[in-house]
Amino acid sequence: MPNMQVKKTAMPTQSAEERARNFDEVTLGYTETDAINEATRCLHCKNRPCVSGCPVAIDIPDFIAEVAVGNFDGAYDVISKASSLPAVCGRVCPQETQCEAKCVRGIKGEPVGIGRLERFVADRHNEKKHEIKKPVPNGHSVAVVGSGPSGLTCAGELARMGYAVTVFEALHTAGGVLVYGIPEFRLPKSIVSLEIENLRALGVKIETNMVIGRVLTVDDLLADGFECVFIGTGVGLPKFMNIPGESCNGVFSANEFLTRVNLMGAYRDGADTPVMHAKHVAVVGGGNVAMDAARCALRLGADDVTIVYRRGEEELPARREEVEHAKEEGVAFRLLTNPVEIIGDEKRAVRAIRCVKMELGEPDASGRRRPVEVKGSEFELPVDCVIMALGTSPNPLIKSTTDGLDTERWGGIVADENGATSRPAVYAGGDAVTGAATVILAMGAGKSAARAIDEYIRNK
Amino acid sequence: MYKIVRKRTLNPTVVEMCVDAPRVARRAEPGQFVILRTDAHGERIPLTVADYDREAGTVTIIFQLVGATTMKLGAMEVGDEIHDFVGPLGRPTETAGLSRVAVVGGGVGCAIAYPVAKKLHGLGVTVHSVVGFRTRDLVILEDEFRSVSDVYKLMSDDGSVGEHGLVTDALRALIESGERYDEVIAIGPLPMMKFVSLLTKEYGIKTVVSMNPIMIDGTGMCGCCRLTVGGKMKFACVDGPDFDGHEVDFDEAMARAAMYRPFEAEAREHVCNLLKTGGAE
Repeated sequence: MPNMQVKKTAMPTQSAEERARNFDEVTLGYTETDAINEATRCLHCKNRPCVSGCPVAIDIPDFIAEVAVGNFDGAYDVISKASSLPAVCGRVCPQETQCEAKCVRGIKGEPVGIGRLERFVADRHNEKKHEIKKPVPNGHSVAVVGSGPSGLTCAGELARMGYAVTVFEALHTAGGVLVYGIPEFRLPKSIVSLEIENLRALGVKIETNMVIGRVLTVDDLLADGFECVFIGTGVGLPKFMNIPGESCNGVFSANEFLTRVNLMGAYRDGADTPVMHAKHVAVVGGGNVAMDAARCALRLGADDVTIVYRRGEEELPARREEVEHAKEEGVAFRLLTNPVEIIGDEKRAVRAIRCVKMELGEPDASGRRRPVEVKGSEFELPVDCVIMALGTSPNPLIKSTTDGLDTERWGGIVADENGATSRPAVYAGGDAVTGAATVILAMGAGKSAARAIDEYIRNK
Repeated sequence: MYKIVRKRTLNPTVVEMCVDAPRVARRAEPGQFVILRTDAHGERIPLTVADYDREAGTVTIIFQLVGATTMKLGAMEVGDEIHDFVGPLGRPTETAGLSRVAVVGGGVGCAIAYPVAKKLHGLGVTVHSVVGFRTRDLVILEDEFRSVSDVYKLMSDDGSVGEHGLVTDALRALIESGERYDEVIAIGPLPMMKFVSLLTKEYGIKTVVSMNPIMIDGTGMCGCCRLTVGGKMKFACVDGPDFDGHEVDFDEAMARAAMYRPFEAEAREHVCNLLKTGGAE
């Protein structure tokens, strides 16, 4: 008989007042009792709708069944057949639009907390040290460019098949967006470094400070003896609005702000890298990155932080949970509002942001209702810092230095469902192909590409 | 890790270091830069490549002890290892099709101007070098510049060495005396590059400046190094660092360069104290 509790088993979290002042993880994870209780809410539907909602098709009811009987190692084995980064995905996947959106329990009440259970299982597994057996080498080598979710997954899959894999990372630390983008309070860096240590234990070589396209090109890698190259370089280039005043001091791309805070650790006292501790902050945009930037600004000591977003609450692209967390912590939301100018003082430092009110018109190409300016509704918001979280596009460095690599007009690399590009032996996946998406989709792409690379090399 | 193989002090505040970095040396060209971190907690700072030796696999950097990181770097000795050293980044200085060039260097900017002059000289281009320093003790790379220049004009703000005056005075004099240049390449402090560009605009001489804004990643990711060039936003790390001097908004660049000055002053003070007490790693 399933547990008919209507709501998800609550996950302990730091209180909003407390966490808004520290960078520690917001949610604290289930206890064993919580996890078993939540697992018994699963109805084990015959048609398994939740699995169809998972981009990498984890056997969700099977792992939940193991949790329900307290076999957490068994649950981990089920998940790890499909996913290589469960501790990460359990935290950052948008479950409410994926697996949990399909959960039958969600019709009358809340869906099963699949993400919370995944996280519990992964954390539980990571508490213990596991011996990693080095696979038998198969004598072939592959280069992976970029160490974000797609690159790490592709590298791990190939290493397990016996390939000698070298990952080339442009920054000084591996992890890509998991390290420079997602803040500590949402994804502790110790989780990412554990995943990377596990890869190293599998025999994967990680070379940092390697900007492919500058230090070496994709063709150099192929000439140096790598039989295939996987490109998982993500979407690193920040967008700006092209409105007056964007060069004022105190205007940052979310990438810059988050990189200073996360990768460079600028939030810590005595850090070598500075970050502005602004008092009145506007964050422009409504995605997860905007929420991350807003919540970081708050933790750095801002008196007020306002999300400025041109569409409405319904259209906010961020995960529901992130929006809720941000609100609880005191982030203000100015929805249906669009900046038109950033106003600087005599030293070109931000003094205010001039905005205009919007209303929703007809649906646009994305299916969302297009925001239209309300005439005469301009107003000024006094701020000393503006963070632009408007999305990112692919870095053109690889495209411009790799002959014969086809790209879309917006810069994305053209690749089929297995990651094969227009160049033989060159595969690509993740955001560099799809544009900004999720960790789990990038992971899935890394995995399919690994299979395709294996097939390509075996059939050579 | 990247080992320091040679070190010399060029003037009381400017240090030259030769670093073992074969992969950087392999592709480096004048005008490009590296990003380095002295230690595992260090900040990332950009430094322009001053020279390279592809065979020896080394890259030379020249830097002024201005901030916390350059002071920590300056305290490192031959045999010590720099934690991270990434490059070559940015676009190389364009040298194709030039036959007469004036290379203008100001202060430590001469460290970057010199490899450009050397490359041009090697290509058979007529090079007139105009270099300026505040005072005699700060002069660097004099012999090096002389050896690659058809004309070498040394200027000092206080008249203690070379001619008394600014590089713009010497450049104007050269142009007024009938010298013709296809291009002026100016590298130095922002005000110097601004005034060289204003001067050459009067004469309609194409001018290239090398911008050195605050950077973090150096690969186009953060947008911290953005400049306005010809009314458009450009990222110095990937679109530059060389830009058309007549198009650069220097006043904006100067305001942006000042953004972290209070923090830098504090950090410098902190490192000074550490170095004094021997507490730095």
